[in-house]
Amino acid sequence: MNIISDNKRELVLVGLASALVALVFLNLGTAYGLRMLAEIACFTIIALGLTIQWGYAGLFNAGIMGFIALSAFVSMLVSYPVNESFWASGDASSLAGVFAGLGVGIAIIWGINKLPVLQSRTKLRRLLVLIAIATTYLMFMQSLAPVASSIEKTAGFVGGFGLPVWMGWVAGGIVAGLLAWFVGHICLGLRSDYLAIATLGIAEIIKAVLKNADWLTRGTLTVSPLPWPVPTPGEIGFITSRALYLAIMAILIAVIFWLLQRAYSAPWGRMIRAIRDNELAAAAMGKDVNGRRLEVFIIGSVLMGIGGAALVTFNSIFDPSGFLPLHHTFLIWVMVILGGAGNNLGTLIGTVIVYVVWVMSEPATLAVFEGIRYLGETWFDWQAPNDFDSRALQMRVFVIGLTITLVLRFAPRGLLPEKIREH
Amino acid sequence: MNELIFFINKVIISGASIGAVYAMGAIGVTLIFGILRFAHFAHGDMMTMGAFFAFALTALFPTAGQLFGLPTGFVMMPFAMLITAVIAVLIDKAFYQPLRKNNVSSVTMVMASIGVTLMLQGLIRLFGGIEAKHFFFAERKDIFRLSLPFESASRKIVITEPQILLFVFTLLAVFSLHYILTHTRMGKAMRAVSDNPDLARVSGINTQKVIIVTWLIAGSLAAAAGTLLSLDVSLKPDLSFNLLLPIFAAAIVGGVGHPFGAVVGGFVVGFAETLSIFNWAIFLRPFKDSFPEWLELPSKIALVPTEYKITVPFFILIVILIWRPTGIFKGKVL
Repeated sequence: MNIISDNKRELVLVGLASALVALVFLNLGTAYGLRMLAEIACFTIIALGLTIQWGYAGLFNAGIMGFIALSAFVSMLVSYPVNESFWASGDASSLAGVFAGLGVGIAIIWGINKLPVLQSRTKLRRLLVLIAIATTYLMFMQSLAPVASSIEKTAGFVGGFGLPVWMGWVAGGIVAGLLAWFVGHICLGLRSDYLAIATLGIAEIIKAVLKNADWLTRGTLTVSPLPWPVPTPGEIGFITSRALYLAIMAILIAVIFWLLQRAYSAPWGRMIRAIRDNELAAAAMGKDVNGRRLEVFIIGSVLMGIGGAALVTFNSIFDPSGFLPLHHTFLIWVMVILGGAGNNLGTLIGTVIVYVVWVMSEPATLAVFEGIRYLGETWFDWQAPNDFDSRALQMRVFVIGLTITLVLRFAPRGLLPEKIREH
Repeated sequence: MNELIFFINKVIISGASIGAVYAMGAIGVTLIFGILRFAHFAHGDMMTMGAFFAFALTALFPTAGQLFGLPTGFVMMPFAMLITAVIAVLIDKAFYQPLRKNNVSSVTMVMASIGVTLMLQGLIRLFGGIEAKHFFFAERKDIFRLSLPFESASRKIVITEPQILLFVFTLLAVFSLHYILTHTRMGKAMRAVSDNPDLARVSGINTQKVIIVTWLIAGSLAAAAGTLLSLDVSLKPDLSFNLLLPIFAAAIVGGVGHPFGAVVGGFVVGFAETLSIFNWAIFLRPFKDSFPEWLELPSKIALVPTEYKITVPFFILIVILIWRPTGIFKGKVL
């Protein structure tokens, strides 16, 4: 009896989420319902990554899209079938030459930075490092350009390595973690707003690079179909194949969820929360504030990377222009803050509810605006603009923004607030 | 000589005009940063919103500019500034003030401002559509072509009327801001709040009023910057984050809470952008004949390809955060 009354809120919300999912299954069929559940599963992993960063440690990541896009690209590179015509042409060796040159340049920069003679002369060292960076960069860009255009002409793009998909996901997670290390290393010692600005910027940059580096990603031509970790719908039918994919994701989520719960209640989790709630006190207790924050930021980003790679693999198409801040950053923010940042179960439920509402909001918005158009045209003789439908969908952007501000104001701790245990 | 003129057109003039736009945006961001202590992510869309109001007014009264001999968009700009400033205050009342009352952390304020930016984006695109718009549909954009008194200079320096208006307006805005901040009671109160909000409050400064004035200034400058940028190029509703990043970079380069630093930072970022996408190979072309045969001249030597322009402000931001997080003018580290 106690269990029920203690967890009333959880039970109601789980019921609500299940009811929403059941409604989708009943109205739109099993195949569609499974697809939505698989997408929800991918978003759940990303959202769990954010709940570590924001909920556990209070770190603001405004560039989730960048981590997703980068790791999706890495996963594509690792698992996409080998492009024979690229490896057969001479471009492969010239590309290797270009990257070898880059490696030499980086080694020189590193060497200058560590040269014993320069250790005491900071200004001279910085100047030399700067010159070395600039030279390396210019040499790299100049040598890459002809190779890149030659690849685009003969082979299309470099293709992938043809390795198993799970390796792609792991590699994607690792690269996302490296990116987090780079950003966190620079910004975590400074005030929290700077991390938001830097992540926002890096997300836009990653998108720009992926979109324009045609030799690497085929740019706007998109890469598809991406290989699946399970037999594709073409081989065994939509329902079985999606169900298998969902099963893999469910196992992955279960493992991650269990690990996160353990971490949350472990001494490590307490330390992270102590840093979040009172940085000064934690520092006074001898905790390495920035080191721990970097740790959390990296772990969260690895999760975002794995989830992002899984999401793009499921959609089976790598389209750099398809990464949108709204869909791949702010929607996830809504899931986490609405569900309850810092509460893993809350994040999970928030993801399910928000994603179902989000998917259903497209036809709903169009229907509402169709009504507005009808009224306007019959009553006021108003001529709707040609792009009325695409404009109508912008209403969803407004609603997402409104939801964020309202949640922050009226339910800052979400539907399922983090449970603070008193000792 | 022609190469030099090309350089002036491509780097000096366009760098100065985009720099002026960034500067005006960065003043607002840095004031809000200094007085309200959070990074205002909705600033880019506030600029777009101001430009959109100016555009709507221009569409309503397409001939108003002829009375003054100026582009209609520019004549309508003061009204757009007024509307945007009032909306900025209302946004503060509706979304930021309640959070301030709850004493939330500055990161939560940042998140709220992202919520506001999404709301503005949604509304702008709902009413304005997503395609780029031009202000000059009823009149002609005046373009001045100045020729240099040298024989070898066959090309001309090109400067447009909106660019001249932009420079004049930026100068006026910076000087009047300087006057307000240093010579009026309100400006002194603003600086006091920025230095130490608690001390300012206990010494009887009306912080509520200071905050309202801050939003009025930031909102009107954002509207002006947006309108002047759209007059110069076109009104693009999807700029928001591409505009936001250079503005933040400018504010941080200049030192947070330091309006004149923001102006300098704006021009630094503007010139850095144009310098890095400039094709330096054209300076080598006159010496083509004197190069040895085996050395083939590349047709394009640019530091950054044009499509990666957004990396420039980010790179500046990273460098300044690593080497001098206070900015060049020793701003605050709040």
